[in-house]
This record gives sequence, C-alpha cells and structure tokens, in this order.
Amino acid sequence: MSTLPLRADAAAAAEAAAGTTVTGSRLAAARRILASEPQTAVGLAIIAVFIGVALLAPVIAPYSPTTQAGRVYAAPSAAHWLGLDDGGYDVLSNLIYGARTSLLVGFVAALVGIVIGGGVGLLSGYAGGRADGVLMRATDYFLVIPDIPLMIVAAAIFGQNLRNIIIIIGVIYWTSTARLIRAQVKSLRERTYIKRVQSAGASHYRVLRYHLVPQVGPLLIANTVLMIANAVFAETYISFLGLGDPSVISWGKMIQDSLTGGAIFYSAWWAILPPGLAVTIVVLGATMAGQGIEDALNPRLRVGHLAVRRFRLRPLYGDLERE
Amino acid sequence: MTAAATLEVRDLHVWFGLGHGRELHAVRGISLALRPGERLGLVGESGCGKTTAILALMGLLPPTASVSGQVLLGGENIMARGEATLRPHRWRDIAMVFQGAMNAFNPVRTIGAQIAEPMRLHATVPRKAIPARVAELLELVGIPASRASRYPHEFSGGMRQRAALAMALACSPRVLLADEPTTALDVIVQAQILELLRSVTEELGLAMIFVSHDLPAVAVICHRAAVMYAGQVAEEGPVPSLLRDPRHPYTRMLFGATPDLWEGSAAQPIPGAPPRLDRPIIGCSFAPRCDRVMGHCQEQRPDWLQVAEDRFAACHLNAGLPAAQVQP
Amino acid sequence: MTEGAVTTGAAMGGSPLLDVRGLVARYPVRGVAGVRRWRERPVVHAVEGVSLTVAAGEIVALVGESGCGKTTTAQAVLRMLAPDAGSVLLRGRDITRLSHRELRPLRREMQMIYQDPYESLDPRFRVRDAVAEPLIIHRLAAAGAERHELVVGALELVGLTPPELYLDRFPHELSGGQRQRVAIAAAMIVQPRLLVADEPVSMLDVSVRAGILALLDTLRRDGLGVLMITHDLSTAAHHADRICVMYLGRIVEQGPASAVVHSPAHPYTRALLSAVPRRDPRAWAAPEVLPGELPDPVRPPRGCGFHPRCPVAVPECSAVLPRLRAAGPAAHLAACHLIADVQATDGAG
Repeated sequence: MSTLPLRADAAAAAEAAAGTTVTGSRLAAARRILASEPQTAVGLAIIAVFIGVALLAPVIAPYSPTTQAGRVYAAPSAAHWLGLDDGGYDVLSNLIYGARTSLLVGFVAALVGIVIGGGVGLLSGYAGGRADGVLMRATDYFLVIPDIPLMIVAAAIFGQNLRNIIIIIGVIYWTSTARLIRAQVKSLRERTYIKRVQSAGASHYRVLRYHLVPQVGPLLIANTVLMIANAVFAETYISFLGLGDPSVISWGKMIQDSLTGGAIFYSAWWAILPPGLAVTIVVLGATMAGQGIEDALNPRLRVGHLAVRRFRLRPLYGDLERE
Repeated sequence: MTAAATLEVRDLHVWFGLGHGRELHAVRGISLALRPGERLGLVGESGCGKTTAILALMGLLPPTASVSGQVLLGGENIMARGEATLRPHRWRDIAMVFQGAMNAFNPVRTIGAQIAEPMRLHATVPRKAIPARVAELLELVGIPASRASRYPHEFSGGMRQRAALAMALACSPRVLLADEPTTALDVIVQAQILELLRSVTEELGLAMIFVSHDLPAVAVICHRAAVMYAGQVAEEGPVPSLLRDPRHPYTRMLFGATPDLWEGSAAQPIPGAPPRLDRPIIGCSFAPRCDRVMGHCQEQRPDWLQVAEDRFAACHLNAGLPAAQVQP
Repeated sequence: MTEGAVTTGAAMGGSPLLDVRGLVARYPVRGVAGVRRWRERPVVHAVEGVSLTVAAGEIVALVGESGCGKTTTAQAVLRMLAPDAGSVLLRGRDITRLSHRELRPLRREMQMIYQDPYESLDPRFRVRDAVAEPLIIHRLAAAGAERHELVVGALELVGLTPPELYLDRFPHELSGGQRQRVAIAAAMIVQPRLLVADEPVSMLDVSVRAGILALLDTLRRDGLGVLMITHDLSTAAHHADRICVMYLGRIVEQGPASAVVHSPAHPYTRALLSAVPRRDPRAWAAPEVLPGELPDPVRPPRGCGFHPRCPVAVPECSAVLPRLRAAGPAAHLAACHLIADVQATDGAG
C-alpha cells in the first residue's frame, strides 16, 4: 500500500510530493525539469531551431554561399533578404551554412570539455587524498592559461583547422566542469547508500558507474549545455581574430571578413549584424536552457525560501465538511 | 476552555498546497488549552502534524500553507490577521526551541551574540543591559557566563541545546514551544535537558508545549498530554490518568509499542500505516489499524467526548458511557 | 588492556562467529581547515582495546553514548577501516590484515545495515534492483529467473509481502520502516553469517520499531549472528542476548542482557540505566544526573576513563586502568576497581 513518506513534518512531505527531488523514472524527471521554468523550454527550442537550420542548410539556403550573385555589398532586396557581402556572396546563405560550423564546433568542443572535466572531477572527487590534490593543481594550472595567447601559439604551431580549434576550446574550458563535478561527487560519496554498497563489497567501478555517474549525469548535462554557449562564442572570436579555419564558413569569419572588407565604410550593416545576432541568440538560448536545467536539478540554488514566509489565512468555517 | 488559559487553540487547521489544486490537510482541527505554568506534551509519530501545529502557532509556515482557526494568547486572537497580528507576539510572548536547534547556530558568530540578537531585534531589553541579561540567561540554562564569547563549534550538542533554550527565553516569553528538544541527544544528556526544562519553566512560571514522539520523555516532565494522530487529537488529559487508563486504542497501542526498560513484555508494533493526508478521511482516521474497530467507525467520525474529569477522547468506544459528554 | 575474548554460552559450540581481540583504532585529528599539525599530531583514541564475541544465533548489543567508539568498532569489524592493533576473526579466520581484494569474497559473510533508512537506498534504484545488487556484486545467480526468485525470497523473508507489490517501487514511495526492510533484504540475500546493525531503529517511529526488531529476532533464530549498535538501553534490554557497554573507547561492562540491566556493576552503567525515562512516571526515580560530558577522546583521562564523572571514584581510579573482572555469574564482567566491594556490600550487586 503506497503511503506518503512519513519522515519529518508535513511540509517536507508536501515538497517531496510536489517533486523537487530528482528521483523516480527518468521520463518523469525530464518532464519536471522542462515544466519547472519557461526559460528552459524556450532555450531548448532556440537551440533546436538552429540545429534544424544547420542540418537542413543545403535545402533551405536560397543560394550557394560560394557563388557570386551580384555586386559587392549590395543592399538587401527581395531576391537577397540580407544582401550580399564583401565577395558578392549571399549573406543569408552564408549565415545558414555558417551555422553548421559554429554549432559543430560548439557541440564537439563542449563534449571534449565535458569528457575531460567530468572525468577529472569524477576521479578527483571520488579518490580524494593525494590524487585529488594533484588533479586539482592541474586544474588550477589550466585555469590560469590565458586563452588568446594559447590560441595564437597553437594556431602558429599546429595550424589553423577545425580540429585544432575544437581541441583548444575543450582544453580551455574544462576546468569549471571539473570543479563542479568534483564538489558534487565529494558530497555524494559520503551518502549512506554509497557506504552501504561499498561495505557489501561493491567495486569502485560499480559505485562510479551505477551510483555516482547517474546521479551527477543530469548536472553534467546542464553543464554541457552551458558549455555549448561558451564554445560557440569561443569559436566566434577565434575566427574573428583570424585564427580560425580559413576554408570554412563560420559566423566569426563572416564578422571578420566584413570588418577587414570595410563593411562599415560602405554602411553595409547586413554583412555585420546578422552573424553577430545569430551568435547572440544561440548563446542566449543555450544559457537559458542550461541555467533552467541547473535550477531544476538543484533547488538549493534558489534563495526564495530565505525570504520572510507568508502563509495564507482561510475564512473560518462553521462546518468543515468541505471534503 | 477557561478564561485563565495562557494559550488557547481553537479548531486549528493547516493545509499545504501541492500544486495542481491538490492539498495536504496536515492539521485537521485541533483544540488545546494551556494553563499558566502548565507543561503540555504533544505526542505523536512522524507525520501526525504536531510540528506543523506548533509552527502554525508561531506563524512559521511556508507560503504554500494556509491556516484557519483561532489562537488565543491571553484572550487575544493572534491569528486574526495572520502575520500582521502574529508578528508583535513572536518571540516576545511565545518562543520556540526548534528541532535540531543545536545545529542551527550561525558558525561565525559567538553564542553570546546570537542569544543577544532577539533582544536587539525585538527591543525588549535596553542596549546597555543586554550583556548582563545574556549572562543571566546562560547561567539559567547551566552554561558558565564566561563562555558567551565562544563559537558554536566549541560547544557540545547538549550545551548547544541549552544555548538554544537561552535564545528562546531571551525576550521573556510567556509560552515556550519545544519541538523534540531531546531527540538526537544521548540518554544522559537527555535527562539533563529534561530536568533543565522542568526547572526553568517552574522557576519562570512559563507554560510549555513539549512536542515529542518519545512517550517516556513526555511522561517525565509534562503535567498533561495530548496524543495526536493523522492531524487530529485522539486523546487528552493529565499524564498519570492517560497512562493508567487510555481511552483511545491508538494511545493504548502506542504505549504497547514503547519498550520499557524493566517491564517484561516485548513491544508490540502497530500494523499498517497512517492514512494519506492529501485525501479526505471518512470516519475515524485510526479505524483501519484499530484492534477494537466497530461497524460504524469507518463511516462516522467520532465526536470529541469528555470521558472523565479533565479527560477527553475521540473514540466511539467512549460513547454511551455515563460520564461522556459531547464537547463542541 | 582487556584480557582475551570471552566466549558465550550460545548453542553452537566451537569458535564464535565473530571474535574481536584487543581492537585499537585511532585516527589523527585535523586542525581547522584540515591541516595536520605535524609537531603535535594529536590522535583521537576512538577504540582502545575492545574485545567481544558474537556467536551464531546471538544478538550482542553494543551500547554507549555518541563518541564512545561504537560506530568505529563496527567499521573496524567490517574492515571499512584498518585497525591500528588487535585482531578481528570472522569464523576463525583472521581478517585484520587482509587486503581489499582478499576481503571481497569475505564481504559476503558480513553485512551491515545503517541507521538512516532514508539514506540507505539509492533513490534511483527500484527495490528490485537494490535488493538484487549484492547478487551481482558477488556474482551469484547470473540468470534473470534465478535472480528474480532470490529477490522475491528476500522480500518475503523481511516481511514485504506480497513481494510483487514492492518490486518496482522507488524508495521515496516507501515508508521508513519499509525502506529499512529493503535494506535488510539486500543484506540477507547473500546469506551472510554476521549482520552488523548500526542503530537499526532509532530513526523509525515507535510503532514500527518493534516490527523491525522482531524481524531481526527471527533472522537470528535461523543462525545469523547480530552485532547491534544502539544507544537505546530499552531496545538492548529486550532484544539482545548480551550487552557490552562502551565508554571512551573501552568496554566497561559486558554480560547477559538481564544481568547488565538488573544488576549493573559499573557506575556508568548504573547512571545510564537511571537516566532512561520510564514509561510509567511513577516508577521513575530521579536520574543520577552525571556532571559534565564525555571527555575529549584526544586527551583521555589517566586511569579509568570514567573517573572524572564517577560518583564513587577512589584515588586508585585516576591512576590505574581497571581491567574487566567478574562481576556476576554467566560471564558478567565489568572494568571497575570497586567491584569486589560492590559485590560484598550489595550481595546481588
């Protein structure tokens, strides 16, 4: 017979019933997360739209991005909604194809960062002691590396291509994930159920794979989404600085081309604004989604409960047979 | 009940909103009367609503809660307009020692500063007199006054519980609410704290509501006790009478489940579990688990009957007895 | 230090299931912010020479206040930590110095249940998975059907019937008592010989406790040995065969439960007993309220650890550590210099 949890007072029971804890089936948990805040759904929708655009680029781009279609810096018209850029190519098509690069780099770099950061955090938090100390020192070193000089040096030594950009972004950004996961794992490791299965003979692998990773998984996902925002932005400014892959179209490259091509001189706002706006929207969407997921997973991040509590009064009833 | 009651609770209800229109009816109409200098025990197991009830008396409920009923402090209904009427009395007239209070101290402030804080906030003591008052309170609860400048982590659990009591007494309230003050303490320290509560309330003439699931602890220092089950009071009366002659099956079975150190019989568990409070309860809430259940128990909610001098119970078994009178 | 191990008069003859001899466990104190003070190296004397035995089919209660070392003793028994000295013998085999790899198969024979039923189960695991996990860990019952049979059997053993009702539940859908039963089922499914129960009922409601304790009683009648850690003397008095009272890392009294409760020989035991509130207030005499609190285990007093608070201490108590000596029949021992006197004056002690 199913009963409400009998622990603590009714308020705690009410909270548990309202679902602020991440327990139970994954589907129910996912639905709860999406429903908790509108920004989550909006953010995810934005990313989904851009992913759609990137995937369907050959289908929806009105022109080929590499075919000259007219005069340099032609203004927007019915045929070319965003006009032409410094090479006479259709801006809109370039924008659409640019989404591919930016999102590809963004996602893969975020993945690299998560894998490195999550791995380091997991090991560090679980092992504790000296291993923890060593890994944290390594994290600190990576944290203080200045990113732009690193990119310049890497571009000079290893060449400018997409693969290197992805690696560099991952290497720069994994540290925050590592710290986050480490803190979470450290606190989880002390939970009674972990100690119980350890005393029952579970191997470290078992504890990590079946008990700890699933528990930090959602947090990792939230962090991944936030990382995507960082990575997309990082790719943009890497390309903007001219350190990106010259053979692919990306939003950062578009901005850089338009600046070096004197778009400002020609007042060709259609060559500068759209890529910048696109980056902004994608970063915003990823940030909203990431923060929404994080908030939903970690109710303690909210501070609303610290405010003065106001309960409501009900009018007195003569007879309480309301039910 | 009587005009001289220090604190009187009439038909208190508390609901918690669960979202989507659902509600948890945690406290389902309880009435209590606390006479001056009296120690009333509120006994019950987890989920029965005892902690929610006394939090309601202090107005410390979350925004999802709604309350109805009257709380009369010295004749005045302090629940009349919710927070507005409760606030002037909170801590000044009615104060609380919380469950786990010993762990609720701010670790970066000294104990003395934290005891002084309510005095400053409620302006009950002139600023110059605060240190002397803090020292007085510490001595009252058995902590040497010189330790006022120490930090919480330098105190043991029992000492911190004493400090929590001192904090509750800071503004000289008339009523003290104690929520499980001895849970999580060792039995020797528990005995010390119980003795302390008894002597302090006697010395200051305070009335106290002592909430606990530990029946023997309540039996030791309370004059009267009310047994709660599923948000309602099952039975109430002076402690010796309650122990000798329980009039509600839940009370009797609760005694039976409580082991006594020397008594031979082993404790008997109560089968089943309390009812869900987010659904309406028809009839007596204890009927599904009762060993003396009768036909109409599941359909008709029992009246609150006076079964003897100063003894009340809500059970159909008491109906038909000559002394029984229905109480409003 | 106490003398050898005292075996019990349990039905099973031969060597006891669990034999702890002279167990010592200490751990360094951390200063504020976790820095070890190398020069002083203060050490917490958590367990200082504890010897006890548990026989098959016997419940031994380890009683004491928080900080007395009973939890550390339990952890040492299960080899969750390596003791600094002494030995732990499980079914005659010395497991004190075994490596973790060597210990793994042995872990099947000793299981532990914890105090907090709300934290004992992984909130993401269904009951079915939580109970089956030990089988997977120890590689028993590879096939699904066999595993299912064993899980159902374990649930029935602990009284969660009908099992089908509970198999797919998550912990948050269960009450405290039910969760504790699931934890016991997960422990019993590998058929251990020894169960260490750390305050198994202290976080449960009174009406539920008796059920869990009755379950432990049933299990031990089938031959399980139980080491129960508790601060609740009433529970120990009614459900344990023998009681060991700990104070500041040492056992100060041990013996048959009824003897320890009705004829306590050690002043600390007497104080503990008098402090337990009685159900019937008329039967409750004023408690022997001891002054002060448990001393700092980093700097334990010289001689008998209890002497600063002892109402009947004599000068010898602050100089010489008392050894466990006979205080009554049936292996009732107490570590107190005054025992001979006690027995002489009170007769029944």
